Amino acid sequence: MGRLLDPVTLAVLGGRLEQLMDEMDATLFRSAFNPIIAEAHDASHGIYHATTGATLAQGASGLPVFAGSMAGAAALAIDAAAAEGGPEEGDIWIFNDPYRGGTHLNDMKLLRPFFCDGDLLCWLASVGHYTDVGGAVPGNYNPSATESPQEGVLIPPMKLQERGRLRSDVVNLVCAISRMPINAYGDLQAQLNALELGDRRMRELLGEYGAGTLSTAFGELTGRASRLMRANVASLPDGTYSSEDFLDNDGSGAGAIPVRLEMSVSGDRLTLDFSRTSGAVAGPVNISETTARAACYVALKHLFTDVPANSGCLDPVEVIIPAGSLLNATWPRPVGGYTETILRVIDVIFQAVALADPERSMGCAYGTINALSIAGRRDDGSRWVMFTFYGGGLGGNPDGDGLNHGNAPLSTATIPPVEILEAAYPIRYTRWALRADSGGPGRHRGGLGASYEIELLAKEAEAFAFADRGVFPPPGVHGGRPAALNEIAFATPEGTLIPPMASKITGVKLAAGSRVSISSPGGGGYGEASQRSPAALERDLALGYLTAAHVREHYGGVNGGD
Amino acid sequence: MSSRSSDRGIVVGVDVGGTFTDIFALDERTGEFRTAKVPSSRFSEAEGFLAGLAEIALDLGELTTIVHGTTVGTNALLERRAAATGLITTKGFRDVLEMRRRDRPGTWGLRGEFEPIIPRDRRLEVSERVLADGSVLASVDPDEVRRCARTLLEKGAQACCVAFLHSYANPVNEQIAAEAVREIWPNEHVTASADILPEIREFERTSTAALNACLQPVVGGYLARIEEALAIRGFTGSFFLVQSNGGMLSAGAARSLPVRTALSGPAAGVTACSHIAAAAGLRDVVTCDMGGTSFDVAVIADGRTVTSGQASIDFGLVIRTPMIEMTTIGAGGGSIARVDAGGLLRVGPSSAGSVPGPACYGVGKHPTVTDAHLVLGRINGDAPIGGLDPLDTNAARQAVISEVGDPLGLDAEASAEAIIEVATSSMAGAIRLVSIERGLNPSRFTMVSFGGAGALHACKLVQATGLRSALIPPHPGVGSAFGCVTADIRHDLVQTVNLNTTDINPEELRELLLSAERRTVQFVAEAGLALADLTVRHEFHMAYEGQTHTVKVDAPSYEEISPESVEAAFDLAYTSSYGRLLEGIPVRLESVRTASTGRRPGFDFGLFAPRGVSVGDARRGRRDMYFDGRWQEVPVYSRLDLPDRAEIEGPAILEQHDATTMVEEGFTARVDNYANVILEPL
Repeated sequence: MGRLLDPVTLAVLGGRLEQLMDEMDATLFRSAFNPIIAEAHDASHGIYHATTGATLAQGASGLPVFAGSMAGAAALAIDAAAAEGGPEEGDIWIFNDPYRGGTHLNDMKLLRPFFCDGDLLCWLASVGHYTDVGGAVPGNYNPSATESPQEGVLIPPMKLQERGRLRSDVVNLVCAISRMPINAYGDLQAQLNALELGDRRMRELLGEYGAGTLSTAFGELTGRASRLMRANVASLPDGTYSSEDFLDNDGSGAGAIPVRLEMSVSGDRLTLDFSRTSGAVAGPVNISETTARAACYVALKHLFTDVPANSGCLDPVEVIIPAGSLLNATWPRPVGGYTETILRVIDVIFQAVALADPERSMGCAYGTINALSIAGRRDDGSRWVMFTFYGGGLGGNPDGDGLNHGNAPLSTATIPPVEILEAAYPIRYTRWALRADSGGPGRHRGGLGASYEIELLAKEAEAFAFADRGVFPPPGVHGGRPAALNEIAFATPEGTLIPPMASKITGVKLAAGSRVSISSPGGGGYGEASQRSPAALERDLALGYLTAAHVREHYGGVNGGD
Repeated sequence: MSSRSSDRGIVVGVDVGGTFTDIFALDERTGEFRTAKVPSSRFSEAEGFLAGLAEIALDLGELTTIVHGTTVGTNALLERRAAATGLITTKGFRDVLEMRRRDRPGTWGLRGEFEPIIPRDRRLEVSERVLADGSVLASVDPDEVRRCARTLLEKGAQACCVAFLHSYANPVNEQIAAEAVREIWPNEHVTASADILPEIREFERTSTAALNACLQPVVGGYLARIEEALAIRGFTGSFFLVQSNGGMLSAGAARSLPVRTALSGPAAGVTACSHIAAAAGLRDVVTCDMGGTSFDVAVIADGRTVTSGQASIDFGLVIRTPMIEMTTIGAGGGSIARVDAGGLLRVGPSSAGSVPGPACYGVGKHPTVTDAHLVLGRINGDAPIGGLDPLDTNAARQAVISEVGDPLGLDAEASAEAIIEVATSSMAGAIRLVSIERGLNPSRFTMVSFGGAGALHACKLVQATGLRSALIPPHPGVGSAFGCVTADIRHDLVQTVNLNTTDINPEELRELLLSAERRTVQFVAEAGLALADLTVRHEFHMAYEGQTHTVKVDAPSYEEISPESVEAAFDLAYTSSYGRLLEGIPVRLESVRTASTGRRPGFDFGLFAPRGVSVGDARRGRRDMYFDGRWQEVPVYSRLDLPDRAEIEGPAILEQHDATTMVEEGFTARVDNYANVILEPL
């Protein structure tokens, strides 16, 4: 590889690559059609290694979980291209395979090889969450799915663009599998916009620095992430730390699903062993190994924020996941609820790191994306689907209380405004409020979850919910207590329905005036509740974050039970 | 409209910044001008303001106009020093302000809290409800509102904000409630959300209105103190503030709309650049303001300042109102350099500020960008800008070696060069963000650099970004004050439309535009200032049906308005943004933004004409400077003594009271007829 780059050029190139990715993100967000990409930013762009697919650079504005999972997608594109004699200039591959490509069927992955003088230098990738990809349930969050085809249509790697020529048959296919073909068409064009821009910017960089310098920089940036992660791991005391947490159920069976971790620290090496985690289940809370590794990456990046976003981050980390595991799903295991399982993997890592060194960790966040869809038909017969994720509290941490009403750790998504939702769908919100007492008690308590209530204005509709934490609340760490449970309820003309599976349900019939409510968990607490300062408790009471009864029960009153 | 000579008089621009208060006084009758720079008074901006005026030694009774750029509002928000404020809102929604859009401070790391500007116990709900289509589901009860207002007063609120759901669609309930509050509220600090921002999105509207309410007492009190002091000193002219959109606003209007002055000071700087650039015949400009702690970048494309609809003063403190789009990064003279655990050199965003300041001030131990310049001989340690004491070069070297040189295995000079290069790179990133990333071709753009530290980096930034050249105005250190003197009067109005283009009724749309024109023009006229001309501009925000982000489209003329012409205008704007159109998808007109701008009588840039006689006369000897791996002697010039059309090849140093210009090797510095220095690569 020749001599190393001087530190200054490396710093400049590192910044330029990050800016390039952010710019691709911005282009997709601004021109996408579906609000899950445009408003909630459920998308990402990155640069991946020419032959291994490892993450070389990742923007800061995209969805965190994709940083790791897209490495699997790049590897899949590399294999698919190899089977056809290798990628060519101007090709773009498209697929939504969640097994090797990671995450779930809604995430459409586009990969474009980048060449310099005929040599493949790297891959540019764009991924975004499409509104609908077929299957039994609009929006694809189908808690009762037991095999992949019920979740949606799986597109294996195909050439969307061949030597610069867009294939309209593939464009038509991507639109045809969707209940919202126009959204799919618009989002696809937006992803192409982003990839074109990325290609142009990479050419400019190439012109300025040359392929040799660029390749060297890729190697060194990865090495740097690896060194920083080693330094972080080495700062944890050696030992093995065990943690466990549970998913409520898989949407079809009734049982709790354990996620168990043995985390070993030995010098600057970290082992994350998930061998004792549940085997694969019938319902859609399985995740592929690609996704599981991405979840580990997200957890560690949240705890060690100084490590740059590339594959070097996982260099000193060994992840052990046996075949047949919940975390190693293969076709046709359903994976549509991948978010909930990712969040549980993150939670057990936070808990294990807290055992090793509580100063480096924090209480678990609310731990569910609370995907709710309400669907019906308008007077003119056209279909409407309101599909939204909801927020909750983040965990108490060494610095202070958790953030009230944040987004889940795997995401940077914002929530759509009430006024936009009410303008677009025949519903109205009757409550959009912080939920008192929902944060886990602790010296630094968890942030508050929220309480939302929606009234149906149309004559009839159907509701679907895909969530978790309805049975097992978000844990605290370092003596901190768990947060409140997630509570979902449907008040219909037939009475109030609490989902039998607590957090997952399909096809609830609603009539005009029916109400759907979600009360999301807060974050887990940090440190012993008895150590919370009286001043903080007085403020909690004055602002109504906590009720007097809660303070008496969990904190022994304002003066610690005096 | 034309300006009459009787309207002309002495106009003074006053920009109160974090470190210095800058003054630019212009006598419009004689063309004479004076500048001054005095230290700002940290805890009493009003004192700094008056001290600055005293410095220019003019009889205040002779002044016709004072125009002020300020960061008093922004600072109050950042430091949570704004007035205690109460919120009255729709039942079920009092936490909108605190729940935000479910965002968090950063992508990575889950720590950090949010302190809303109005705490939860001062946010009260009333039973009322308007639906998305503007229909009233439940009327508001004024008695209930008055009870809430009394409770808020008991809780110590000095200002009150009323923000109801869907008030942009139908403000009736909100207006009735605001009236009920005003009946019993002891002062004029009452804000209704749709009066401030008649736009959909409850969090953004509530936040903007809440920030406006809590700034009313702060900005109002500040302006009252200044006006009173001005009156005592005999000032009888008119008093204006610069808004975040770069236009002026009367002090009276600023008292009720203080949220519009959040970026007042920086916006004045951009305004100055736009006038300087226009006089120099430049239509495409990137403006860069580099001071002690931050680097602000804005774009003027085809002669027009690029504006954005929204900005965040701090995490969760969102203001939505048209303002000059500015990208700010933590890179300034005081930015601290360090080597991180992965062995990478970082510069900023943390800053040594003015206390303890760069290591060369003799107190702090952290090496900064200023220290790096000093180590390399790029600035004169014996006569620093702003009249500071001589700088300690040894302390700067020590700090650079111990914090950067030792960890990287570099000597002092190489470390200092590295610090400047990394700082330059992050500044270049900010320039790319506002230019290249918008699809603007950098080779068409000239950088106009102002602020105390900008001219030191100009050549390197031109090199790094591929900009055509850099222009250093004659008085870069008082740029924002000059901007106050030249600012236009401007009023903006946003109206939500939400129509498919095919449903556009030309008559109705024309009437909507005309009424927007009437309202904004009236606002401009009420300022009572001499204007060279008045322009009204309508901008459509449009998107394909299903998209949530819009593109900005220039509205067709009144006569040409039709569904077809609006669509054609959209096609043009969309193609230039994304390079392709989408087939068969309806196009929507979401909102109309109207801006009326009254242009002030032009500043005669001939006043800036260079007065130097010859390059030789401007020569001030040589100084040792480190570049190309060794110490070399570099000629030094007194910048304002250079004659018209002087040309100097780099390396060279141009010095003046408020800034140092570095002419790098490979660049020429050319003086134009307005005493601007143009730096161009050879």
